[in-house]
Amino acid sequence: MTAATDAPQIDARRSGRWLYIASVVLLCAWVLVPLYFLFINTLSSPETVNSFPKGFVPEFDFGSLRFFAGFQGMIDALYNSVLVAVLTMIMSILIGAPAGYALSRFDFRGKELFRMLILLTRAFPLPLLALPLAVLFIRVGLDDTVFGLALVHTTLAIPFAVLITFSLFSGIPIELEEAAWTLGCTRLGAFTKVVLPLILPGITASAIFAFVISWNEVFAAAVLTIENRTLPAFLLQSLAESPLHLKFAGGFILVVPALIFIFAVRKYLFAMWGIANR
Amino acid sequence: MNARLLPYVLILPVTVFLCIFFLYPFVLVAQQAFGSDTGWSLDNFRDVVSHWKFSISLWNTLLLAAVVVPVQLALSLLMATMVSKMKRGRDLVLYVWTIPLGISDLAAGIIWLAIFEQSGFLNSMMHGLGFIDAPMNFISYQNMTMVFIAIALAEIWRATAIMLVILVAGIGLIPKEYYEAAEVFGASPWKRFLKITLPLLRPSLQTALVLRVILAFEVFAVVAALGGTLFPVLMGETYSYQFDLSNSGAAAAIALIILAISIASTLVILRALRVPKGATI
Amino acid sequence: MAEIQIKNVAKTFGAYQALHDINLTIADQEFMVLLGASGCGKTTLLRIIAGLETATTGEVWIGGRRVDHLAPKDRGIAMVFQNYAVFPHLTVFENIGFGLRMAKMPNAEVTRRVERVASLMHIEQLLKRYSGELSGGQRQRVAVARALAMEPDVILMDEPLSNLDALLRLEMRAELKGVLAESKTTAIYVTHDQVEAMSLADRISVMHQGKIVQAASPIEVYRNPAAHFVASFIGNPPMNFLRAEPAGSGKWKVAGETVDGPVSAATPLQLAIRPEDMRLADDGLKARVKLVEPLGAHLLVTCDVDGTMIRAVLDSDLTVKVGDVLTLAPQPDRVRWFDPQSTLAVA
Ligand SMILES: Nc1ncnc2c1ncn2[C@@H]1O[C@H](COP(=O)(O)OP(=O)(O)OP(=O)(O)O)[C@@H](O)[C@H]1O
Ligand SMILES: [Mg+2]
Repeated sequence: MTAATDAPQIDARRSGRWLYIASVVLLCAWVLVPLYFLFINTLSSPETVNSFPKGFVPEFDFGSLRFFAGFQGMIDALYNSVLVAVLTMIMSILIGAPAGYALSRFDFRGKELFRMLILLTRAFPLPLLALPLAVLFIRVGLDDTVFGLALVHTTLAIPFAVLITFSLFSGIPIELEEAAWTLGCTRLGAFTKVVLPLILPGITASAIFAFVISWNEVFAAAVLTIENRTLPAFLLQSLAESPLHLKFAGGFILVVPALIFIFAVRKYLFAMWGIANR
Repeated sequence: MNARLLPYVLILPVTVFLCIFFLYPFVLVAQQAFGSDTGWSLDNFRDVVSHWKFSISLWNTLLLAAVVVPVQLALSLLMATMVSKMKRGRDLVLYVWTIPLGISDLAAGIIWLAIFEQSGFLNSMMHGLGFIDAPMNFISYQNMTMVFIAIALAEIWRATAIMLVILVAGIGLIPKEYYEAAEVFGASPWKRFLKITLPLLRPSLQTALVLRVILAFEVFAVVAALGGTLFPVLMGETYSYQFDLSNSGAAAAIALIILAISIASTLVILRALRVPKGATI
Repeated sequence: MAEIQIKNVAKTFGAYQALHDINLTIADQEFMVLLGASGCGKTTLLRIIAGLETATTGEVWIGGRRVDHLAPKDRGIAMVFQNYAVFPHLTVFENIGFGLRMAKMPNAEVTRRVERVASLMHIEQLLKRYSGELSGGQRQRVAVARALAMEPDVILMDEPLSNLDALLRLEMRAELKGVLAESKTTAIYVTHDQVEAMSLADRISVMHQGKIVQAASPIEVYRNPAAHFVASFIGNPPMNFLRAEPAGSGKWKVAGETVDGPVSAATPLQLAIRPEDMRLADDGLKARVKLVEPLGAHLLVTCDVDGTMIRAVLDSDLTVKVGDVLTLAPQPDRVRWFDPQSTLAVA
C-alpha cells in the first residue's frame, strides 16, 4: 500500500473514532442529564423549584426534602415501601431458589412444563393480577396490608428469582457437591458447606433485583392498598394535588436506592440475563 | 430423602405460589370480566368499548408502543454494539447506560416533568438562549404533539436499558471466532453486524422485544406523572374504572383486552423471529 | 475388611446402555486397575460404587454389606474425581481437611493428617493457597491428598495422575502404591495408561464398551489376553494378527506356511503374536520389510506378510533395509489364537 492511499484511510479511521467517542459521551449524557435536573430540583428550596427561569446548578437547600419529610403520611409510605420490598426480597428468594436448584441439578418429568409456566409469567402483564386479588384479599383479610402487597410483588419477582438462581447454580459443577458427599456430607450439608458459600454473592444480587422490582412497582400497590400505601402509590395518588417540589423530592427518594442497587448488582446483570434468554 | 421425589419437593413452593397468585387470578379476572347479574355476558366489554375514551386510549397505547419500541430497539442495538467494541471504560459506560433499569416508571415521569413543566428546564434553557421571553406551556390540551413527545422521550429514556442488558448478554454469548472468520473473508463491520450479530442475536432479540412490548402496553405511571389525564392509555383506564368508578367488572374487561393484545403481539414476535431448529449457537 | 463385590450391575442412560451386566469382586486390600478406552464406562462404574449414580439393575457390596441404598457418605469410601472437584472457596488445607472436619476430628489430628498427606503429595508449600491459584497438576494432587487424608477402607481414583508430567507421575505412582499398601486400603484406580496399569495393579480389569472383558493379573492380561480387544489394546506396539485357515488335525495354514494350532476348531482363526516374540529364523513367515524404525534398544520393523502388516522387534545390531525379505518365526509358546466370530481366545 502506498502512502497516498494511507493518509485518507487514517483520516477516516481517526474521524470514525471521534464520532464513536462523541456518541458514547452523548448517550451517557442522555441518561445522566435528566437525572441531574431532578437532582437540582430536589436540592432547591420550594420557591426556587416553582420559579422561572431555573438555574443549572443546585443551591443545596434542603427545603424541598424537609417539606417531603414533613408531608402527612409520607414517612409512613416510605416505611411501607421498604417493608414490602424486604418481604418481597426474602419470599422470592426462599421460594424461587429451591426451584432454580431443582432445574439446574435434576432431570425430572414435567421439567419442561415447569419451565414453560415460569416463562409464561413473563409474557403476561402481571400488575393486572392486582385487580382480582383486590377482591380475593378482602375475603381473606389481606386487603390493604403490606403482606398482601408483598405476595403480589413476589409473584412479579419469582420468575426472575428462579431463572437467575438457575443460572447461578448451573455455574457450580455438580462434582463439587458430589465430592462433599463422598467426604461425609449429607445433601443438605454439601449444599450449606459448598454450594451456599459459592453462590451467596449471586443470591444477594438477585435478592436486590427483587427489592428493586417491588420498590418500583406502582399499579398493584395503588390497587391493593388504601391506608398502607407504599411510596410510589402515595405519590401517584397525590399527583394531581401535590406541589412540584413534593413530586421532585419524592421522585428523588425513589431513584436513590435504585441507583445504589443497580451499582451493587452491575456485575451480575449480564450473566443473569444471558441465561434468562434461553 | 428419595432422590426421585426431591426435585418435585423443591419446585412445589413456586408451583403452588404461581397457581394461587398467577393462574387463579387470571381465572378470576375472566370471571369478573364476563360475569354480570344475569350470568355470563359480554356486557362489561360492550360498556367499556362503547365508552368514548376507549378508542382514544387504545389508539394512544398502540401509537406509543409503535413509536417507542422501534426507537428503543435501534438505540439498544447501537449501544450494545458500541459496548462490545469498547476496551477502556466499558464497565463505567455500561453502568451509566443501565441506570434507568432501576428507575420506576413513576420516577421517570417525574424526572421528565422537571424538564417539560412550565417552569422546567426546557423552558429555562430556551429562555437562557433567548428563543422565548415567557415560558411556554408544553403539557396542555393545545399542545398534544408535545405531550406525546414528552411521554415518548420519557419512555425511551427509561426502558431502553432493559433491552440493552438483554442484548449485551446475548452478544456476549456469540463466539468471537465467528467475527474473526468473517473478517478473514473480508466482511466489512456493517456486513458483520448484518450477517453475524443480527441472526445469532435472534433469541435475545425475541426476549427483549417480548418483554419490552408487553411493558409498553402496560404504560401507565409515566403518563400519569407527565400528562395527567391529558393522554389516556388503557392501563390508566383500568385504574380509573377500578378506583374512580368502582366498576371492577369493566376494569377486568380492559385488563383482558390488554392481555389479549399482549399475547397476540408476543405470538407475532416469536413467529417473526423464530430460530430454526438446530441453528442455535 | 473391605471387599468389593459388584453383582450383575447394568446402567442405561436413556436409550444408551453404558454398562452391561458387570460382575467383579475386588479382594480386601487389593489394588484393582480399571483399564479401557475413553467412553467405555470406567467413570460410570466408579460412580455407581461410590453411590453417586444408581445402577439400573444389580447390587454393590462393600465389606460384606449391601450398599446400593446407602448415601455416598455411609459407604466408607473416598473418591478422587476425574476433574478434581477441588472446592474453590476453601484453601488447600481446608480442602484436604474437609472430610476430617465433617467427621468432627479434633484440630490437632486434622493438622497432623493434612500435613502428612500434603508432604506425601509434595504440596506442603501450597497449603494456604486457593484452588484458583493452582496449576492443573497441583489441583489434582490436592484431590488425591483429600481422599487419602480420610484413610478410608476403599479409595476410588478416577485418573488421578493424568495431569502430571512424566517424571512426577512416576514418583507419585510409587508413593501412592506404597501408602495404600501400608494403610491396607482397597483401591480401584481408573486409567487409560497401560504402563501405569501394569506397574500399579494387583489385578487389571480391562473394560470394553460397557463390559469387563478380562480381570486378571497384569502379566496374565499381557501374556494370555482373553479376547481380541485385550490383545490389541495392551502392549505397545500392539499384538500382530494373521489369518489362519484350518488344514486339519491341529494344523493351520498361515501365509502359506503350516503351523501347529488348536485341534478343536474347524473355522478360520486368527493367530496372534507379540512383536517381541518374533525371531529371525531359517524357517518361518516370509516378510517383506516396509519400514525400519531404530528405537535405540532395538529395531522396530514393519513388514508385509502375505498382504497383512505385522511388526517385529528385532535386535538393534541387525542391518535391515526396506525391501529386504526376512524369515520370521513366532516363538511357539507365545502364539495365541482368537476366534474372529466371538473375538474370544481359543485354547
Ligand atoms: N449422565 C449421562 N447421560 C448420558 N450418557 C452418559 C452419562 N454419563 C456417561 N454417559 C455415557 O456413558 C458412556 C461411559 O461414560 P464414562 O464417563 O463412564 O466413560 P469413561 O470410561 O470414564 O471415559 P473417559 O476415559 O473418557 O473418562 C459414555 O459413552 C458416555 O457418553
Ligand atoms: Mg472417565
